[in-house]
Order: sequence, then structure tokens, then C-alpha cells
Amino acid sequence: MNDDYLEIRGLTVEFDGFRAVDAVDLTLLQGRLHFLIGPNGAGKTTLVDAVTGLVPATGLVRHRRQDLLRTKPHRIVRAGIGRTFQTATVFEGLSVLQNLDIAGGIHRRAWRMGFARRGTPSYVEEALEIIGLASLRDRPAGVLAHGQKQWLEIGMLLVQDARVMLLDEPVAGMSTEEREETGDLLRRIGSERTIVVIEHDMDFVRTYADVVTVMHAGKVLAEGTVAEIQADPRVQQVYLGRAHEPMQEADHA
Amino acid sequence: MKQLQTWGRTWGPLLAIALVAVALLMVAPAVLSPFRLNNLGKYVCWAIAGVGIGLAWGRGGMLVMGQGVFFGLGGYAMAMHLKLEAAMASGGPDAVPDFMVLYGDGTMPGWWEPFRSGAFTLAAIVVLPALVAVVLGWAIFKRRVKGAYFAILTQALAVVFATLLVATIKQTGGFNGLNQFTQFFGYNLYDPVNKRMIYSIASVALVVCLVLVWQLYRSRFGELLVATRDAEERVRFLGHDPANIKLVAFVLAAVMASIGGALFAPITGIISPSDVDATASILLIAGVALGGRALLLGPALGALAVGFGRTTLSETFPDQWTYFLGLLFIVVILFLPAGLGSMWSQALGRLRSSRPTPTRASAPTPTDELEVAR
Repeated sequence: MNDDYLEIRGLTVEFDGFRAVDAVDLTLLQGRLHFLIGPNGAGKTTLVDAVTGLVPATGLVRHRRQDLLRTKPHRIVRAGIGRTFQTATVFEGLSVLQNLDIAGGIHRRAWRMGFARRGTPSYVEEALEIIGLASLRDRPAGVLAHGQKQWLEIGMLLVQDARVMLLDEPVAGMSTEEREETGDLLRRIGSERTIVVIEHDMDFVRTYADVVTVMHAGKVLAEGTVAEIQADPRVQQVYLGRAHEPMQEADHA
Repeated sequence: MKQLQTWGRTWGPLLAIALVAVALLMVAPAVLSPFRLNNLGKYVCWAIAGVGIGLAWGRGGMLVMGQGVFFGLGGYAMAMHLKLEAAMASGGPDAVPDFMVLYGDGTMPGWWEPFRSGAFTLAAIVVLPALVAVVLGWAIFKRRVKGAYFAILTQALAVVFATLLVATIKQTGGFNGLNQFTQFFGYNLYDPVNKRMIYSIASVALVVCLVLVWQLYRSRFGELLVATRDAEERVRFLGHDPANIKLVAFVLAAVMASIGGALFAPITGIISPSDVDATASILLIAGVALGGRALLLGPALGALAVGFGRTTLSETFPDQWTYFLGLLFIVVILFLPAGLGSMWSQALGRLRSSRPTPTRASAPTPTDELEVAR
């Protein structure tokens, strides 16, 4: 096994005495689609925030022998850890192509920044093909459909050459077809990357997840395949009694 | 057709800069009296500072309310040299400026000494503001100070700077500032030909600054700067430290303001605290806002217009001119928040939306900033 994986040990995030993430241990391996699920407020997004340097945390987060908790956010990105946000945050005024190009800035030397773009770099062209937005390359990102924006963000991570991708609810608000396309996209790019998806939609999780981690109240409740998770009584406990509870629906389906 | 459009987008702005150059360097000297030309030179100095403000504020989103400080650093550095030149011309190589004899005991502070050298002065005009801006900017941006706090901080610096100048009459001439220059690097300042030369230097400096920001705006750095202005946190997750990007723009703006100030001193024959204080800084900002802060030519043309307006209105209505300027400012901010320069592109946008084309119809009008960015 190579060292291209993300190791989390005893990760704790505290806000004014409240432990949003409480001593979480996780090992995220390359080549698997890893899903992070759990009720609202379970600490999923906070965990991603901590890994990417957005909130201060204690414990250990290691990638390629680098301690990410002691690294500044932009250095974490340069170390190959990329993320998306719940609401797509592309640069609306820039075109699809420009959005991807601007994400490739970390590959360029500082003094090259003084020059205008000439032609399309090959890695941008590749990313355009992979995310399927090649025909919309000159469209301003602001007019893209919701799903397309999320794909563009994933494309930007590809251009950044992110070895670890942390995706926060990428399919929220997507149509069924868009979800399928997203899932297939994640499978295509996931074979040589470490991909972690925070998700609520259980159908999506069931179809695409290789490994599922359930979080509850800041802690890891269970980990395993979809079948193992669904059979776990503690997971059922957490989800029981919730009005529109995804696991329940899934069981009845 | 599409090729023509791309061509126009790339080279059109350069053509516009060339037009400004022709107007300043060929038309103006031919039609204006030496007095008016010298006045125009003064506005050109403000415009040079304005171009920098356009870069920092319009593109970088940093409301630099204290550019008077950098304008003053350059202005005073140049004025100190001119003062020493004048003294040395009449009193030998060890002579000290007249005001030091008048207000002090006739001894010159040690830090004045290197300004006897013209080469040192020219270097200081660029290096001094750059150093100050790097130290200041580093401290400010790394601590993620932005928005109104940044504006207040820079404005306070202008107040401090002017107050310090007023309080140090023996070293800096105090409230009177530095004036009565006789020579400019060996050229007699009373000779109209030499005055015209300095005017030309200022105009060339303005054109060079405009070409520089044109290149910056179309470069990847320019795109990144606008991206930082619009979504600083997002840029962090592209792997850049926004502080560094802002720092580059801030330092460039500081150097431009300094060069403007340095040329202002010989053109007007004086630099005083009132040229660099908070009010002066705000008037610099006003010109940029009026012209269109994010446009390529907006800041420069706006600064020229405000300069011209100040002179014309103060000649016609010596007491009320500031009200007119204030009124104009309010009207522009209310109806053309992106500046007078945006009128053209706004009209064009209306024209476009009145005859919708299938591809464009659904697209929102891009913000003026990005329109020029491409």
C-alpha cells in the first residue's frame, strides 16, 4: 500500500466548550468512494473544515507524512487536499474555462502570473472532458445549472491535482439524472484518488459507496459497507424516531 | 467577426491608452497656455496615483483611503532633493535649506544628507513607499484586516502622517511644506521649456502606468486579483494566500502614488501637509470613483476630471466649488455606481438586451470589472 491516504487520529474540534468533533479516528484509503453520513449537526462538515484548515482542531491529520493541522489552508491545498462547499462557489463572472484555469495557478511559477493566458493548458482540457462541460467552456459560470456548477468545482479540484477530495453534499438539489452522472463521474476519477463525500441522500450512498462512516454527535458511530451499516443496531437507533428518516425509507423500499 | 471582437478586446484598450498619450503629449502642449499646461501636469500626477488606486481598490477591493501617505513619501523625497539642490546652488555643497535656518539653528538632520544625491532620491521614490507598503500590507493582510477596518486604518495613517509633518517644522518645513525650488536635476525651473519637460515626464509616467495595469488586468494575476476581491476565502482553496496577492497590488499602488507625488512637487513648486493629508487622500479616491474604479482608464480620467473641476469651479465660484464637487460625487454614486466610465458599456448592454440573441439572452450582463478583464 502506498502512503497516498489520509489518516485522522483523535481529531477534536471544540467551540466554546462544545465538542463538535470528538476524538474521531478515520483512515481514508485511495481508490475507494468513502461516504460520510449522519444526522444534521453530527460534525461531518466541521470534520472537513478541520482537515482543510478552516477551523482550529487538535489531534492528528496526516497525509504523505505531513501534519495538516500545522499547515495553513492554502498550503494544505498545495499538498494535494481539495474540497468543495455545500453551496457551489465557482467564480460566477469568469467563464468555465477561466474557472478551471485559475485553479491551475498552483502549478505555475509566481512570475508567470504576470502574463496573459495563451491557449488552453492540457490539464484544463482534460478536466473539461472528464466533467463533461467541454461544450460550455466559454459560458460564464454564473449561468450554469446547479449540477453543472458542482461538476465545475470537481473539475477545479482535478486541475489542482487534488489527491484527496472532500466533497460536501455534491448532489444536494440535483435531479436524478444529474445524480447518476455525478456518481459515475466520482467513480471515474476515484480510482486513483482518495474521495470523501458527505451525503444525506441514502439512495445515492447505497448506489455508489464503497465504505460508509456514520457520525453522530461528533463521534464515529459505525463504519463499514452499506449492508453492514444498515444492519448495525446503533445506527438504527440514531436514525429511529426521526420523522423523515432516510434509513427507514431505505429499509421499506 | 468573432476574430475582430477578440482582437478589439485585446488591443482596443491599448488603442485607448495611445489616444490618451496623444492627447497629453501632442494635443495639450499645442493648445494650452504654459500656465494651463502646468495645471494639467498637476492633474496628471493625481491621475498616476489614481491608476494605482484603481488597481488596489477597483480590482483588488482594498479601499485605500490613505494614498496621500505614499503620495507624500514620493513628494517629500523629491522636494527634499530639490530643496537641497536650490540651497547648494546658492550656498555651496554644504548648504542647508533656508527654512532650517529660519526656524531652527541651521543644522540639518542626518537623514536629509543622502537626498543631496539625485540618484539616491530617485531610488528612494520607488523603494521607500514599496518598503513601507510591504511592511504595512504584510501586517494588515496576514491578519486578515479588510473592508471598513482596512479603510479606516489607511485613512488614520494619512492623518498621522500629516500631523507628524506639521509638528516637525524644523525638519520638514511643517505646515508650510517644502517650496521655492529653483532647479530640477540641474535644469532651471523658471524656464518654461524645462517646465514643459517635467510635464512630459509626468505624462509619460502616466502612460507607462496605464500600460502596466493593462497588462496586469489581462494577466492571470489580474484574474486572480479580481477573484480575491470577490471571494477571498475561495481563492485560499485554490492554493493561494490571498494576502500575497493583495500585497502585490497594494505595493504597486503605493509606488504609483509615490511617483505621482514626486512629480507633483516640481510641477506645482510646493508640497505641503495639505497635499498628503486625509482630505487629499479622499479627493484622490473621489476621482477614481467618479471615473470608474474597476475600469482601465476610469481612474486616470476621473482624477484628471476632478483636478480640472477643482480648478475651474474654484476660479468661478471660489467659495462654493466644493459643494458642486460633492453634488457630482453623490449623483454619480447614486446613478452610476461603477463610475462615469461605465456609461458607455451600460448603454451598450441596454442595446444588446433590446435585441436578444439566442446565446446571450439568458446571460446576465457581466460586471464591468470582468468586461474589461477579458
